[in-house]
Amino acid sequence: MTASLTDTAERMALLPADVPRDAIIVTRNLQREYDMGGEVVRALRGVDIVIRKNEFVAIMGPSGSGKSTLMNMIGCLDSPDGGEYWLNGHRVSELEDDELARIRNKEIGFVFQTFNLLPRATALHNVELPLVYAGIGSKERSRMAIDALQRVGLGDRMHHRPNELSGGQRQRVAIARALVNNPSILLADEPTGNLDSATSVDIMALFETLHATGQTIVLVTHEHDIAAHADRQVHLKDGQVERDFKTEATH
Amino acid sequence: MLVGETVAVAFQSIRANKLRSMLTMLGIIIGVGAVITMVALGSGAQKAVEDQIANLGANTFTIFPGQSFRGGVAQGNRVSLTTDDYLAIRRDARLIKAVVPELQSNLQVKYGNQNVNSPIVGTTANFVEVRNYTVPFGRSFRQGDDESRQRYAVLGADVPDQLGVNAAAMIGQQLLVRGIPFEIIGVLSRKGSAGSWQNPDEQIFIPLQTAQFRVLGTDRVRSISVQVADGVPIEQGMVDLERVLRREHRIRPGQENDFQIRNPQDILATRQEATQTFTILLASIAAVSLFVGGIGIMNIMLVSVTERTREIGIRKALGATRLNIMAQFLIEALALCLVGGVLGILFGSGMAIVLAKFMQWNTLISMPAIIVAFAFSAFVGLFFGIWPARRAASLDPIVALRYE
Repeated sequence: MTASLTDTAERMALLPADVPRDAIIVTRNLQREYDMGGEVVRALRGVDIVIRKNEFVAIMGPSGSGKSTLMNMIGCLDSPDGGEYWLNGHRVSELEDDELARIRNKEIGFVFQTFNLLPRATALHNVELPLVYAGIGSKERSRMAIDALQRVGLGDRMHHRPNELSGGQRQRVAIARALVNNPSILLADEPTGNLDSATSVDIMALFETLHATGQTIVLVTHEHDIAAHADRQVHLKDGQVERDFKTEATH
Repeated sequence: MLVGETVAVAFQSIRANKLRSMLTMLGIIIGVGAVITMVALGSGAQKAVEDQIANLGANTFTIFPGQSFRGGVAQGNRVSLTTDDYLAIRRDARLIKAVVPELQSNLQVKYGNQNVNSPIVGTTANFVEVRNYTVPFGRSFRQGDDESRQRYAVLGADVPDQLGVNAAAMIGQQLLVRGIPFEIIGVLSRKGSAGSWQNPDEQIFIPLQTAQFRVLGTDRVRSISVQVADGVPIEQGMVDLERVLRREHRIRPGQENDFQIRNPQDILATRQEATQTFTILLASIAAVSLFVGGIGIMNIMLVSVTERTREIGIRKALGATRLNIMAQFLIEALALCLVGGVLGILFGSGMAIVLAKFMQWNTLISMPAIIVAFAFSAFVGLFFGIWPARRAASLDPIVALRYE
């Protein structure tokens, strides 16, 4: 089982021969069907994507294109019906529930449109949460969480609850939470969807800073100007990759 | 594994919904409290009966006057025991160590300027040892006092209280029974009423012959208590006594006794059994309320799971396993039950103490009942918490994250 291989280099060696050795995300003919009241909807019809270390990729597409399904799949929240998926060398498509939970904890940092912070917990505690499930001791936990909050510029808001923070600050807490475990990818689903345009610019600037320090980022959005912050854009249509191109090429 | 965090989250969630948690716990509090109070009442009643058995004195039984029946109709009018029967038993019964007859009548008693209506009991000097009394103040009368028909009175332990006088101060004072002056020579130790209709500590004892010839003017006795000789089984003593009394009353073979022989230990044993049944019944009712409390816990935990669907989704997305989520909700249910259990133990013990103090009920707070009730509330928490917890653990994170 690939998940049991702790050495990253060892795992990477097991990737298909034709993909680069620094590929973080590799999907092969990824398929997913839903049964919508008797009618079968084919949300993904064979998606092939390779995302390499330190890429900043935007996944785009209209609603119904399969972009949310792909995001759930990349985020290890859902398992494919067909095809294969490797994340940082783990062959995720074959893992059980609890192993997926461990992968989510170690390899993925989620940023959601609706922030999804625990309302009763302070910013610090929210950021600590992934470390709690990683089994890290409380002293180390708060040190790492404080560090992550300082990285997103919220060092002075650590003990506030979400309802005492602005939308932009809440999303920064969520980003700090996503970063705290040093994940191999930051997976952001419409991160600016609930923010005004000025705040959106700030958040996208933060993503670019993180990217500049070596963070791999996957951004799911339907807004072109947000996607333009990414180096590369993958457009989905009807459950398949329609276009995959470098952002500079279109400018 | 995460125990500290999980327990902290459980208590945080209980505190966040104070009123709801309190109302939910109320079922457990009442259930555990009821179990403890009921068992305390039952144990208290049982201990009272046991004490009474110990107080009776070993190997004694009592004869009461009765009627002989034939075909459901009372025969003849000789329905009483007399002092002659007492003398016959003393003379003829071979297996008997001591005999204590009691003449009794409720009479007006005057002490100083106070009047009370008290049961006056005429008896022999040996009643003190047969009935297991001690005489903490003064002395009791002796056989010689009986034979010389002395006007001596020995008071039950509650009589000084009734008259509002200190027991020690009454020794040597005068008491009028039906206008006849008596000298108070002693006050007896306390027996306790233990639920009988008559309080034995309110009786006033006078010598048998004084009662028979100077006060009551009758030889009809209320009862004759008999103590069997050492080493003789009580049943054998009863047979011996029956033989003597049947001959004395000239009852022909085949005819029924016109007296009753009662072994008080049997009566008490029966009462003890009844008390036990009663305790079990009460405890079962209390256990049902604990069960209902458990259903309340399950209900509120299901509500809690639904309310926190999104939180569950977030935790799962961040790496919580099924076991983590399950433990979180199970510990929350357990915490509700255990906090409820502790409050219930305090409430139940408090109730038992209040009942003992203000209603003079016999209660005995039993440690096993406390332990069992506490363990049972923990079991209720686990049993009724497991289903909601499983439901939470099996939520699909995608659905849970989208839940509004």
